[in-house]
Amino acid sequence: MHLSPDDLIFWQYGFLKLNATILYTWGLMLILAAGSKIVTRRLSIGLERAHGQNLLEIVIIATYKHIEDVGLRQPRRYLSFVGTLFLFIAIASLFTIIPGYAPPTGSLSTTAALALCVFFAVPLYGIKEQGLARYLRSYLEPMPIMLPFNIIGEFSRTLALAVRLFGNMMSGTMILAILLAITPFIFPVILSALGLLTGMVQAYIFSILATVYIAAATNSARPDSMRPNRSSLQENVAKADKPALEREK
Amino acid sequence: MLIDWFTVIAQAVNFLILVWLLKRLLYQPILEALDARERRIAAELADANAKKMEAEKERHVFQQKNDEFDLQRAELLRKAVDEARAERGRLIAAARQDAQELRAKWERALKLEYHNLSQAIARQTCAEVFAIARRVLADLANTTLEAHMVEAFIKRLRKLGHEEKVQLTSAVRMPALVTSVAAGDEKLVPGIMVRSVFELSAAQQSMIESVLKEILGGEVPFEVPVRFAAKPDLISGIEVVMNGYKLAWHVADYLASMEKEIEEVLKTHFQPESESELKSQAEDKA
Repeated sequence: MHLSPDDLIFWQYGFLKLNATILYTWGLMLILAAGSKIVTRRLSIGLERAHGQNLLEIVIIATYKHIEDVGLRQPRRYLSFVGTLFLFIAIASLFTIIPGYAPPTGSLSTTAALALCVFFAVPLYGIKEQGLARYLRSYLEPMPIMLPFNIIGEFSRTLALAVRLFGNMMSGTMILAILLAITPFIFPVILSALGLLTGMVQAYIFSILATVYIAAATNSARPDSMRPNRSSLQENVAKADKPALEREK
Repeated sequence: MLIDWFTVIAQAVNFLILVWLLKRLLYQPILEALDARERRIAAELADANAKKMEAEKERHVFQQKNDEFDLQRAELLRKAVDEARAERGRLIAAARQDAQELRAKWERALKLEYHNLSQAIARQTCAEVFAIARRVLADLANTTLEAHMVEAFIKRLRKLGHEEKVQLTSAVRMPALVTSVAAGDEKLVPGIMVRSVFELSAAQQSMIESVLKEILGGEVPFEVPVRFAAKPDLISGIEVVMNGYKLAWHVADYLASMEKEIEEVLKTHFQPESESELKSQAEDKA
């Protein structure tokens, strides 16, 4: 038994290798791309639409709404990244019902790769939204002494992302394997169903955390109207006090 | 080691490729479809709003027309009521006029009938009065009355006017024919006939004959025989008949002349009015 699908190597040439993680990932990519192509081949803009289109629309609209709810002003800009994270992790978990399949997200390499993608995406989106200087200045907030902690936070949260997903997915697979050895009939099925639920929850958590991180990085780019309107409050107080001051004069 | 760095790099690249693929194959088409649907729904809503506005406008126009129609209907109804009232008044006036004319006609007819009846009653009354008078006089007729009548007749003969005397004389000179009454038959016989209700006494006969001779004999020789006869129809009186000329004095003549006068009075009183009434009735019928 392999602890990670990385260990199942089909082909290797020096540093290059083709393991189960990469192969299953390709499979998932193929399925997602082909499925998307099939569904979007004949899209309906009317009220009558196919089940596949309906399902994908529900997923995309829900993702869009979540991105919007987190506070990102232009959800379309982040939809591809966040949506793909969710769909990839969710489909990888969903396919665990297929015997002999090992989810690529059960590999720490995959989760690390996804976390690294988030790690690099966050500053990229932040710089794109508010410029390099303002983005870098955000590391000095609320005070410059927080700079090391902010940097540590960046790395630790990336590590946490990777390990959380890996731990959950790997544990599910491991527990299932162990239970199959001990009680091969009922419990593996129940835990398999539980694993599905865990996978979906992890997909949601991973994607929503990535969104939150991006939102935190682009937060300063939000318009003033979205923030607590301290300056307008001050103006109102000033306006209210002005007549009183004039009366005193 | 749990992390294989080649796999990490490969998975990162795979993930980025997947992002690109899904962006191209999934998100863009679906988002475009959603946008298109939103645009379509917005267009449909806008169209529906426009149609609603148009319908509202048309409803307003229709309401306005309906109100105008109601006003026109009320106006027409009011006019019709006014015309009906005017027509009713006109018809009532015409009916009243007709009724008045009918009433006037009826009154005229009633008046005419009343006059006719009055005339008839008057005539009947006269006839009755005369009949009673005749009967009374007939009942009273006796020899004493006859003697008085002879005296009255003689007085009358003596008071004859010149023209009457001439006429009497010319009648006497004509071929002597007198009406003879015998057994109810009248026939012309020669001579002078003196008729009375009762048989005259010889003294009375000779007195009358002498008076006649006295009147007529002065100019012509009196050779004409004088006959005497009784005629009960005379009621009371005496008459002299010769050659179609008759000289009489009797109550029946008075009565006849009185009756004739009354007839004339009735005619003059009723005739013009009745004639105009008959003329107007004829016009009404026409």
